[in-house]
Amino acid sequence: MSVLVFAESWDGKFKKGTFEAVTYAHETAKKLGVSTTAVTIGKLADDAAQLGNYGADKVICISNNINTCDSQGMSAAIAEIANKEGASLVIIANSNTGKTIAPRLAVKLSAGFISNVVDTPSNDTPFTVKKKAFSGKAFENAQCNNDKCVLALAPNAFHIVETAGSATVESFDAANRVSKVTSTNVEKATGKISLAEAEIVVSAGRGLKGPENWGMVEELAELLGAGTACSKPVSDIGWRPHAEHVGQTGKAVAPNLYIAIGISGAIQHLAGVNSSKVMVVINTDPEAPFFKSADYGIIGDAFEVVPRLIEEIRNFKANN
Amino acid sequence: MKILVCISSVPDTTSKINFTSDKSALDTNGIQFIINPYDEFVLTKAIKLREQHGGTVTVAHVGPANNEPTLRKALAIGADDAIRVDAEATDSFFVANELATIAKDFDLIMAGRESIDYNGGSVPAMIAEILDLGLINGCTGLEINGSNVSGEREIEGGKESLSASLPIVIAGQKGLVEESDLLIPNMRGIMTARTKPLNVVTAQANEERTVSISFEKPAERASCKLVESGNEAELVALLHNEAKAI
Ligand SMILES: Cc1cc2nc3c(=O)[nH]c(=O)nc-3n(C[C@H](O)[C@H](O)[C@H](O)COP(=O)(O)OP(=O)(O)OC[C@H]3O[C@@H](n4cnc5c(N)ncnc54)[C@H](O)[C@@H]3O)c2cc1C
Repeated sequence: MSVLVFAESWDGKFKKGTFEAVTYAHETAKKLGVSTTAVTIGKLADDAAQLGNYGADKVICISNNINTCDSQGMSAAIAEIANKEGASLVIIANSNTGKTIAPRLAVKLSAGFISNVVDTPSNDTPFTVKKKAFSGKAFENAQCNNDKCVLALAPNAFHIVETAGSATVESFDAANRVSKVTSTNVEKATGKISLAEAEIVVSAGRGLKGPENWGMVEELAELLGAGTACSKPVSDIGWRPHAEHVGQTGKAVAPNLYIAIGISGAIQHLAGVNSSKVMVVINTDPEAPFFKSADYGIIGDAFEVVPRLIEEIRNFKANN
Repeated sequence: MKILVCISSVPDTTSKINFTSDKSALDTNGIQFIINPYDEFVLTKAIKLREQHGGTVTVAHVGPANNEPTLRKALAIGADDAIRVDAEATDSFFVANELATIAKDFDLIMAGRESIDYNGGSVPAMIAEILDLGLINGCTGLEINGSNVSGEREIEGGKESLSASLPIVIAGQKGLVEESDLLIPNMRGIMTARTKPLNVVTAQANEERTVSISFEKPAERASCKLVESGNEAELVALLHNEAKAI
């Protein structure tokens, strides 16, 4: 028996969420007294054996190139390995890809499925684990009634831990299937930091008055190596792309640091960002609800505060 | 074209979420229930597709009788008929199985990409798997041409165009239609909704694979430390030394 973890790669490279998932699988496997097996799919640019540094004992590389839009093909291939390895627990990062394949895998394996998991299991028989619920407004302790379980992990909920371990690597040919969905074109913004995985997020709202004022937001983000986000009305009016909309009805983010500029802090906005470890708010209105939820705040005009903040961070970076 | 839209009934987004004293369930006192916001985009898209191609839009929901106002609202927005599976929706596999039983007779099966209450985000993918169908998850654009489907989805740092054919499962979100295009019930819609068919079916004895044990709220934050405007250097120092965030 082993704990199986899907080691997602994107353009052949492992993602931060992959290392979180392998760490999680290793810690859970240790508790259960079993080994950790990682599965990769398709061509890798990264060295598969490096997953040993995060606790994988074995890496099985599925050699078939399966497009990520073929959730059925990916989940079928992982299911083959899960059955071969006799895995009763499968861990998957709740990324765009993970969200699509994990529920399918659960159906294939006749397993229970728990998503948005934020902690290691509090009990292993029956299997009990804490997950996010109500879009960040609460947590739920969920229990799995089946002897098999698929867990999808919330991004940025676990610290990546490096171990001195090493992993054996083997290759595997999964059965070939015809995909019911095919990719016809991919449009990618290069160099953009993935919002879900970003350590720091700089976010701005309607207080910025217009799309022409986002230069300072992008400058601050670039300086900090941060992802950029926005409130819902800002994406609805078309000042920023929908992909940046965070909150209860947009993306949920949980970075180390969330900087909110000219955002009032409506309950729907806070729901999607309040898992951030540290929150900073910059707002002219001392009554803005965001001040009740933030850790640090400046009451002031963003058009004065943000340029000064950029200067100070530049000074700080020069000296550190 | 027969279109099925799966609808969930969720607390209004302005709701403060509280739990019963034993922490075992949501305290529904004073909570307004609404159509799950993601499902609203999907429902409007389904009605637009019906306008273009003809056919019907059926809404389906797994839940108790007191969720029927949510289904009536969907009928008022423009769905032709509704099906309610009379059961508590506690486990995503249970719900997906019930919906799959209904969905097997449809050409296009649509749902919001996740519900804002239990956030499983799993029902559409499970339906697709149970029925051996393709899936476009997080779908932000959709066109149908005969039995050809072209769709768009969000991927890490960009978007991807996809092609497939009917029948298919679509898990949608904003972008399928824009916020400003969302249909809302008008007076005539509300009147006709009263007489549109709302069929209640009993649940199959499907297994529940997960169960909620208890709920808790996030820890409260300590109060906000204010820094004077003009003193941004102090904020940077706090973020570095105290919060260890930069
Ligand atoms: C069903 C539903 C779902 C929703 N989901 C979401 C969601 O997922 N995410 C989301 O964000 N919202 C969501 N909302 C909207 C939410 O209720 C708020 O309307 C929205 O978050 C407000 O955006 P904002 O803070 O950018 O704008 P506003 O509320 O207009 O706030 C602007 C803020 O900027 C400040 N400001 C103005 N000028 C300056 C300046 N020069 N410098 C600094 N500060 C300044 C103001 O004091 C104010 O606090 C949802 C609403 C509904 C009904």
